[in-house]
Amino acid sequence: MQPCRLAAYDLACRRGDRLLFKGVGFELHSGDALQLAGPNGIGKSSLMRILAGLLRPYNGHVEHEGTRALADERPALDPHRPLGEALAFWQSIDRAGEARADFGLEDLADVPVRYLSTGQRKRAALARLAASGARIWLLDEPLNGLDTHWGASTQAAIEAHRALGGIAVIASHQPLELSRLRTLSLLEHMP
Amino acid sequence: MKGALWTIFRRDLALLLFGAPGRGGALLPLLFFLAVAMLYPFAVGPDARLLARTGAGVIWVAALLAAILPLDRLVEPDLEAGFFDQWALRGIAEEGVLLLRIVAHWLSFGVPLMLAAPLAAGLLNLDGAQLWTVEAGLLLGTPGLAAIGVTIAALTAGLRAGAALGGLLAIPLTVPMLIFGAGSLQPGGEGGLLLLAAASLAALAIAPFAAAGAIRAGRE
Repeated sequence: MQPCRLAAYDLACRRGDRLLFKGVGFELHSGDALQLAGPNGIGKSSLMRILAGLLRPYNGHVEHEGTRALADERPALDPHRPLGEALAFWQSIDRAGEARADFGLEDLADVPVRYLSTGQRKRAALARLAASGARIWLLDEPLNGLDTHWGASTQAAIEAHRALGGIAVIASHQPLELSRLRTLSLLEHMP
Repeated sequence: MKGALWTIFRRDLALLLFGAPGRGGALLPLLFFLAVAMLYPFAVGPDARLLARTGAGVIWVAALLAAILPLDRLVEPDLEAGFFDQWALRGIAEEGVLLLRIVAHWLSFGVPLMLAAPLAAGLLNLDGAQLWTVEAGLLLGTPGLAAIGVTIAALTAGLRAGAALGGLLAIPLTVPMLIFGAGSLQPGGEGGLLLLAAASLAALAIAPFAAAGAIRAGRE
């Protein structure tokens, strides 16, 4: 597998008139994991969207080698379609082959996405991300709505992804049990 | 990339033609179009000459209103569900996605309108020559209406009351289509068809870029 890299240099983010954070910088290589921590509203999701390239930073820049995938609160799955079809839509775009991670969705393949519970929908979004074949995983609150069992499975999937040389950035206010986890507290970067 | 765009196009077309819960398909604008054509003779009376003289204009007004009807489901649901973000992450340009959506939108409202036009022409007592002019006008004008529709849908997606605002914005922008389309039916108005084609081409050329710009600006 090709090595991947994600680096942020002196990032600042402004929403409206408010500067959310400034001076955020880090460099991640294959196998690294970074947790973004901080209370609600501090800008974790905005930083995630900056790292994904969806939001322009007010200052600084992001460099990446390797494809990025984002799982946030919007699963991008058609609500009226059965889960299997909704996931197949993304698989036929990504063409990355079978997903390695198991999120226990086999029995739900015929259930329309709108009937899924919050936790099931979260697992579906994580399965879409895992199946995308992307090297850099950007996870915005991946454990929200998951029970302890699937919370642990998700973290195991992240560890497996790192073991294969992937990068994971996780915005979460919950404690994560990942090895060699680096933490970036946005509280230290408030203006 | 090509395969991805084809997958996206098939999804667009299926959604716009057959609809989904909360996203009615192609049938609703079509019925609306026919309903207007049916109501008009009731309102002005069964004077065949009056109907034949004004009917083509009514067809154009009905077509314009039918084009406005699906505006709120052209872009908003996909933006809300995060589809556009996921496409952007995969390096699929918004311009491409939105051009495909214009084509899918045209196939799901322009073509059905052309198929329904003979029925509407019968209700409004248009003769054969007028019907052919209406069909030619719809063929040339509806792609432009689709392009303007998708642009406005992208501009108003994510706004509160976006649907009502979209309808209001679409009316002035589509007035040229209405004038050229209805004008082509006047004696000596054949030039109207050429102007209609020109307006359509201009709208088609600008729309994917304007709509993509609107989606990107909405992320900020």
